[in-house]
Amino acid sequence: MTAPRWIPYALIAPAALFLAALFIVPLVQTILLSFDGGGTPDHLANYRKMAGDLNFTLAIRNTFLLVGVVVPIQLALAMGMAVMLQKMSTGRDIVLWIWTIPLGVSDLAAGLVWLALLQNSGYLNTVLFQLGLLDGPTPWLNAETPVTLFVGIVLAEIWRATAVVLIVLVAGFQLIPKEYSEAAEVFGARSWTAFRLITLPLLKPSIQSALILRTVLAFEVFAVVYALGGRNMPVLVGEAYAWQYENQNYGVAAAYAVLVMVISLAATVVYLYALRTRPETQP
Amino acid sequence: MTGARRLMFWSGVAALCAWVLVPIYLIALGAFGGRAAAFRWPKAFTLVNASLEQLATFLRIEGVWNAALNSVIAASLTMALSLLLGAPAGYALARYRFRGAGAFRLMVLLTRAFPLAILALPLTVVFIRAGLYDTPFGVALVHTALALPFAALVTAGLFAGIPRELEEAAWVFGCSRLQAFMRVVLPLALPGLAAAAIFAFVISWNEVFAASVLTVRNRTLTAYLLTVLAESPLHYRFAGGFVLIVPSVVFIFAVRRYLFALWGVSNR
Repeated sequence: MTAPRWIPYALIAPAALFLAALFIVPLVQTILLSFDGGGTPDHLANYRKMAGDLNFTLAIRNTFLLVGVVVPIQLALAMGMAVMLQKMSTGRDIVLWIWTIPLGVSDLAAGLVWLALLQNSGYLNTVLFQLGLLDGPTPWLNAETPVTLFVGIVLAEIWRATAVVLIVLVAGFQLIPKEYSEAAEVFGARSWTAFRLITLPLLKPSIQSALILRTVLAFEVFAVVYALGGRNMPVLVGEAYAWQYENQNYGVAAAYAVLVMVISLAATVVYLYALRTRPETQP
Repeated sequence: MTGARRLMFWSGVAALCAWVLVPIYLIALGAFGGRAAAFRWPKAFTLVNASLEQLATFLRIEGVWNAALNSVIAASLTMALSLLLGAPAGYALARYRFRGAGAFRLMVLLTRAFPLAILALPLTVVFIRAGLYDTPFGVALVHTALALPFAALVTAGLFAGIPRELEEAAWVFGCSRLQAFMRVVLPLALPGLAAAAIFAFVISWNEVFAASVLTVRNRTLTAYLLTVLAESPLHYRFAGGFVLIVPSVVFIFAVRRYLFALWGVSNR
């Protein structure tokens, strides 16, 4: 039975049309809206308003700092966990399940979980109090304590989103043929040398996709920050939300959205270039 | 491994397990302990005076129940839509070679490089005009845009793993294409499809930004919690966080065998 040529198109059409309507169209709309001068020929008005806002520089700085701190730690941590899983013979399934539980936890819930730990009379302070390091309830998440607030958000983000990186890396480990590490062992390579010269290069495509996935999502950070610090620490997407919802200024919100998209795309391009692999170097 | 190294190895594993589990245990304490536990100092690390009453009180707050219901509706619609639209596309990608397959794959992968939820911003105006604003269905549409790329790629992998010969054998025995699909391919793909569906549900259940932007009165649970965050007392926030976590953890447990099929796709 030869396939009529229209069949695959009929199968793919609903998904393609849907994505066109809810991905391509809003994408174009966001860009147009951000350059809309509200009847005046001033097409950069929204961007000027955005850049002139007090929170703008702070939001840029905070967002980049968060991504810059969180993503490398997550990659290193997930790599360590993946190697541990590799070495495990018993109990691997249950450990993997426990480590991937946060996959199902939303950023808002993660923020609330860490609020329970870090708030004034929370569990962290209780432990510190019982160790004699604190005299009583102490605030960590105020506007007056920006450093500890930042650390709290970093902890919550690492807790929540390392699992994504882990899954992608573990999947990558499974693609590496066992013979490679056996050969390295036969030739007397030490385990660190084997890891650096064999595992890492072969894992590069997985590291790349994990980084892209994670970095794009990290630039979207917002609910964790709100749950822990309220408006004390402005971030880009939080500002977009505030302009849209509280100020009802859709133009500036769109400008923020375009900015976040440009940054995400730029990060993706950087990863694609910096971690490119030639197909012949992969098994 | 020698004894000492093995001990170090397993304490590392145990520490990382504790890192994941202890915070969940502690928010559970906060959720079941209610007002008394939330303001207690120093905190107790075991359950004191715990009762389901505390959680029930939270669920009885006006708006919470409604919001949870909206979340379930939106997530179920997302699940249905992303599978209905995504699975046929996945099947086409797995079984046919055709012009445009590359372009479609590219569009699906491109969605990864965009913070999709932000695209809910311009949709506000369109949705108001179309009467979709502030409805679970409108939220589900945006969430489907998030879940559909996953569904298409995951199902493509699934269908590619089912030998074409089985289907061809069914044709030889007189089945039509549709019959062969329904009787041979579908039963084999069913568990994987269920996993993809559950995953779509979790994506929607957890999404905060788009849901908050697109609703006012008919808030989903995440959107509701986000708006009342500032003015609600601590124990309600903990209860809210706990209620958000439980279904997702159960779902992840249900799909644990398919985690790699769901996430490994980002390697391709």
